[in-house]
Amino acid sequence: MEMINLTIDQKPVVVRKGTTVLKAASSIGIDIPTLCYMKLDDMNIENKPGGCRVCVVEIKGRKNLAPACCTEAAEGMEVNTHSIRVVNARRTVVELILSDHPADCLICAKSGNCELQDMANHLGIRQIHYQGEQSVYREDTSPAIIREINKCIMCRRCETMCNDVQTVGVLSAVNRGFQAVVAPAFEMNLDHSVCTYCGQCVAVCPTGALTEVDETGAVIRALSDLSKTVVVQTAPAVRAALGEEFGMAAGTLVTGKMVAALRRLGFDYVFDTDFAADLTILEEGTELLNRLSAFMEGDKNVKLPILTSCCPAWVKFFEHQFPEMKDIPSTARSPQQMFGSVAKTYFADKIGVKRENLVVVSIMPCLAKKYESSRPEFSVNGNPDVDFALSTRELAHLINLGNIDFKSLPNEDFDAPLGESTGAGVIFGTTGGVIEAAVRTAYEVYTGKPLPRVDFEELRGMDGLRKATIDFNGTPINIGIAHGLGNARKLLEDIQAGNSEFHAIEIMSCPGGCIGGGGQPYHHGDAEILKKRQRAIYSEDKNKTLRKSHENPYIMKLYEEFLGAPMSEKAHHLLHTRYFDRS
Amino acid sequence: MNKIKNLADLKKLQSEVQSKIKLREKGDHPDMLVQIKVSMATCGIASGAKETMAYLIEELEHQGIDALVTQTGCMGYCYAEPTIELTIPGQPPVVYGFVSKAKALEIIEKHIKLNQLVDGIIPVAYSTIDNH
Amino acid sequence: MAEYNMHILVCGGTGCKASQSELIKANFITRLNEYGLGDEIQVIMTGCFGFCEKGPIVKILPDNTFYTQVTPEDVPEIVDEHIIKGRKVERLLYKDPETKEFVGDSKGMDFYKKQIRIALRNCGFINPENIEEYIGRDGYAALGTCLSEKTPDEVIGIIKDSGLRGRGGGGFPTGLKWELTRKSVGDQKYVVCNADEGDPGAFMDRSILEGDPHSVLEAMAICGYCIGADKGLIYIRAEYPLAIERLKVAIIQAREYGLLGNDILGAGFNFDVEIRYGAGAFVCGEETALIHSMEGKRGEPTVKPPFPAEKGYNGKPTNVNNVETFANIPVIINKGAAWFSSIGTAKSKGTKVFALAGKINNVGLIEVPMGITLREIIYDIGGGIKDGREFKAVQTGGPSGGCLTRSFLDTPIDYDNLLAAGSMMGSGGMIVLDDSDCMVAIAKFYLEFTLDESCGKCTPCRIGNKRLHEILEKITEGNGKVEDLDRLRMLSTVIKDTSLCGLGQTSPNPVLSTLDHFHDEYLAHVTSHKCVAGQCKALMHYSIDADQCTGCTLCFRNCPVGAISGEKRSPHYIDQSLCIKCGLCFTKCKFDAVLIA
Repeated sequence: MEMINLTIDQKPVVVRKGTTVLKAASSIGIDIPTLCYMKLDDMNIENKPGGCRVCVVEIKGRKNLAPACCTEAAEGMEVNTHSIRVVNARRTVVELILSDHPADCLICAKSGNCELQDMANHLGIRQIHYQGEQSVYREDTSPAIIREINKCIMCRRCETMCNDVQTVGVLSAVNRGFQAVVAPAFEMNLDHSVCTYCGQCVAVCPTGALTEVDETGAVIRALSDLSKTVVVQTAPAVRAALGEEFGMAAGTLVTGKMVAALRRLGFDYVFDTDFAADLTILEEGTELLNRLSAFMEGDKNVKLPILTSCCPAWVKFFEHQFPEMKDIPSTARSPQQMFGSVAKTYFADKIGVKRENLVVVSIMPCLAKKYESSRPEFSVNGNPDVDFALSTRELAHLINLGNIDFKSLPNEDFDAPLGESTGAGVIFGTTGGVIEAAVRTAYEVYTGKPLPRVDFEELRGMDGLRKATIDFNGTPINIGIAHGLGNARKLLEDIQAGNSEFHAIEIMSCPGGCIGGGGQPYHHGDAEILKKRQRAIYSEDKNKTLRKSHENPYIMKLYEEFLGAPMSEKAHHLLHTRYFDRS
Repeated sequence: MNKIKNLADLKKLQSEVQSKIKLREKGDHPDMLVQIKVSMATCGIASGAKETMAYLIEELEHQGIDALVTQTGCMGYCYAEPTIELTIPGQPPVVYGFVSKAKALEIIEKHIKLNQLVDGIIPVAYSTIDNH
Repeated sequence: MAEYNMHILVCGGTGCKASQSELIKANFITRLNEYGLGDEIQVIMTGCFGFCEKGPIVKILPDNTFYTQVTPEDVPEIVDEHIIKGRKVERLLYKDPETKEFVGDSKGMDFYKKQIRIALRNCGFINPENIEEYIGRDGYAALGTCLSEKTPDEVIGIIKDSGLRGRGGGGFPTGLKWELTRKSVGDQKYVVCNADEGDPGAFMDRSILEGDPHSVLEAMAICGYCIGADKGLIYIRAEYPLAIERLKVAIIQAREYGLLGNDILGAGFNFDVEIRYGAGAFVCGEETALIHSMEGKRGEPTVKPPFPAEKGYNGKPTNVNNVETFANIPVIINKGAAWFSSIGTAKSKGTKVFALAGKINNVGLIEVPMGITLREIIYDIGGGIKDGREFKAVQTGGPSGGCLTRSFLDTPIDYDNLLAAGSMMGSGGMIVLDDSDCMVAIAKFYLEFTLDESCGKCTPCRIGNKRLHEILEKITEGNGKVEDLDRLRMLSTVIKDTSLCGLGQTSPNPVLSTLDHFHDEYLAHVTSHKCVAGQCKALMHYSIDADQCTGCTLCFRNCPVGAISGEKRSPHYIDQSLCIKCGLCFTKCKFDAVLIA
């Protein structure tokens, strides 16, 4: 490997050829401020348009300042990262951005989490010398995402996520010059576009230009309405990230504190989406086995591979982009929707509350869940199975609003019966988890033998596309895993071309799966945070006594008392769905 | 047209066509062909060069004057479009500017038929690589 | 048939007419008639000779005698001496400034050597839609020579030796660019012709493509041979329909004649050319933006390096040259590097095509050797300033360039001198300004262009230029303050220093150069709120001179906003709070009673 010698701020540094000045500087502890630049290490996600010009540095012999994020270190280069010329330019550039940015920080959804705010503070900007006209764009509200693009600083991170990573292609730069902004084609609204509401644009937006639809107000109203019984479900990935909002280290599991906080907020029942995840496995696993057996018996009409269907952004993605394949994914509803359906039937009956007086709130790492809960097929007579889907971040706001000292809360347990879950339900929160949970159950049902080992390391990891073959007692089952819709597209194109070797494929829209969801605490470009959350999920699984969905006694009871059997007619009615051609 | 297969072919074709083009400069063609080049770049066309060219062809034919009217690119006198270059056999070429239909007729009537120069000549102010 | 045996050409350009050239013509006719020569000698009025410095001009044919600074009173002498007795009137002949000798024949005058047409050699000479005419003018001979007699390295050597530099504006040595692309490793390489000409007022590339499309195709093939590319792409703006049409015809003909396609001239070399259309974005003249646009992406530049020579179209090594650069190549091969480098200055060889526009008599396309002075271009070739007004400055380099003032009139024009003077060569737009042009407004005009044409990718260009423009607007509207001038300069410096591509890095040049050269004019705008050129409407003040006003009510009736009041036959009055400074009252008044301050 060729090595490059250069000096940065008079300090000599040796780096590999191909290293950027930015990275070379950070390797010797020199921090060059960046704004548009973002790199999620090991995940193949990088945004470096070189557009904001905040990271400019002086390189001896060059006429102009150079952006450190996209300038390669060269032999003998002499770099000055904080000369007067650089600092003046950097401040002026940030002042210019601020001059075209609404100064409503006090009430901005991103206040305190805004990278532009941090940058202005970091550079000590107290005055904007170049005032002038500000861009004014129409605000765009969709079921999940709000685009307040007056606050767009053209960092293009959302564009990278939407186009390069997710291959959805909704967001891109439009117009020229001062009018340039990132928007859907023809500056249409998101809900007229093929947006999947995966929320990855929101997850990376440095400012308040892209945020989630805030439903905390509606939830507070429901909680204070004495005629309503309010139940809450929490998705698996939330517990691995919520602590970050309260200053706890990434990867801290806060399941018990989260339950305690929800109870203090006034929720009547605190349940777990993991329960519904176990239920999903029984439905989806049975569907997989049915299709598999039919296939083995030579049924030519059977569709394989079977694709998971718990990710609502993924569902919307194939409805738009691969509508001709809409009969391939499992018909099983997502855990959120199964929960809502069971809560408003089985559970409502159990506690003797009428459907319209039962409010189901879900806490999700996801923004597409807001959209999913609003899909008309998931409501009965206009009453949705899930009334409100809050993001992890919105829950944190609620906890703060409730003046709850989160860190000092005791650990409490979920309520029964919809709060009990196995380790298989927990790992739904990470890429590879759903299929691992399915394999744990399918294997035992298919072979009639207990699993020799519960942990399928071969299905885990952070690679965007993974595959493994599991031996079902002599029958090799090929499993594919994709996270990120761009990776999913590759697998789908293989299926379309008839080249797919897989029997079952798990697809999650967000990089890392739900732990990297659009509703999670902002990672600010630090991929390490996602890996820590993933480790937390697996440790929760490991510490559970029950780790296979079909061993969940409450699930068994639910079938006995209410549903009958997996894939029964009632289960079909309440736990399965159909897909639409949205092309 | 057969493809030019090698350099020798090209040179052969070049010498063939060169003599045709030289006509424009030397004008020693036996049938005394009058040559008119109309500057047909965007600037010329915008100022009506197409109409001028069509008129010239029509009028010359109408009057039975044997002349060769061709199009060419921008001569550079964009302020005076449409411009034409008129070569009477045996005489140096003359460039006229602002050639409207009326001017074109005047040029035919006076310069081509009577060999009288007409108002509106543009003095050519450049050398080409041939004479440099 | 009346056959004149002598022609007297009298210049009818604006400058000469102002110096009584019509009377000169009349005097000639009268004098000739006195001798009864009216039927033998014809007197005609011509267009501008471009030599207005020494006007009025009279030229006598067929002996090419060139008389300068002729007065109506000189006419009898010319007729008596020259026409009757055959002796040239020596005192009126052009005197060579160096040799101090009288030049009788205009062909011997420097002025007529000032333009040399290399890139434009065939424009206005051949029929662009007939490949045989191009071949007859040595067309494709250079390609033939290269393919059969020279190695790619030898050809690159010739281009390097010729000293040819990129004519698109940057002035990067062409041979070196070819060499870099040749050395880049890639299974596929591309030759790209940048025909995204967009400087306000510049149209030389269009003219070349319209007038001589084959010269570009031939050069691209030569380039392909040198760098190892078999594909050529011409990126041309869709607003050039005629150029596109001629190119299409040329490509088809070249293919028919086997000069594009497989096994060209039996040398085993394959090369073909495709046309790609641009939507007319100025920024797509920047080569990385151009490449992105060709790839079907948004036309935005990316940080260089990597240069297109390493990673260009579809990630493959790509050589991008401008139309005019290519048009020079065949001539260089045919006539040799030494011939080409004998023209021009030490570091800028050959010629440059300029689009001469603005307040100049001979608006048009000129091709001049590098090293020519502005004075020669403006007065000798351009025929001087329109309507006999005062020369103020010339803007070169378009929105990336700057203004050159009177003090640069005798500076030899080449890449480096223009840069040193705070302007640049650019693609060759040359806009001449006179004393009625406000320099603040000029800077604002160019910035407005940049503002529209910025892609918006980087902060300084997207927002910085907007702020610069706002400050200029403030100044032209009379609301500027002295500190705004510092602010203009500081912001300009940062924009230049931090912008991503050449567009932003040069966009403040018109501001900085006018600020440098016309500081007083800026100062007048912000201190005494005056626009000396009288162009900034907001700074004008219209009033009615009560002594001159007859109360005819013409101004009253024409004022579009009802700002004028007054009784019939008594002095009128303008209400300043209503006046929109349209100037109608001034133009309508028959008694010069409306005053402008």
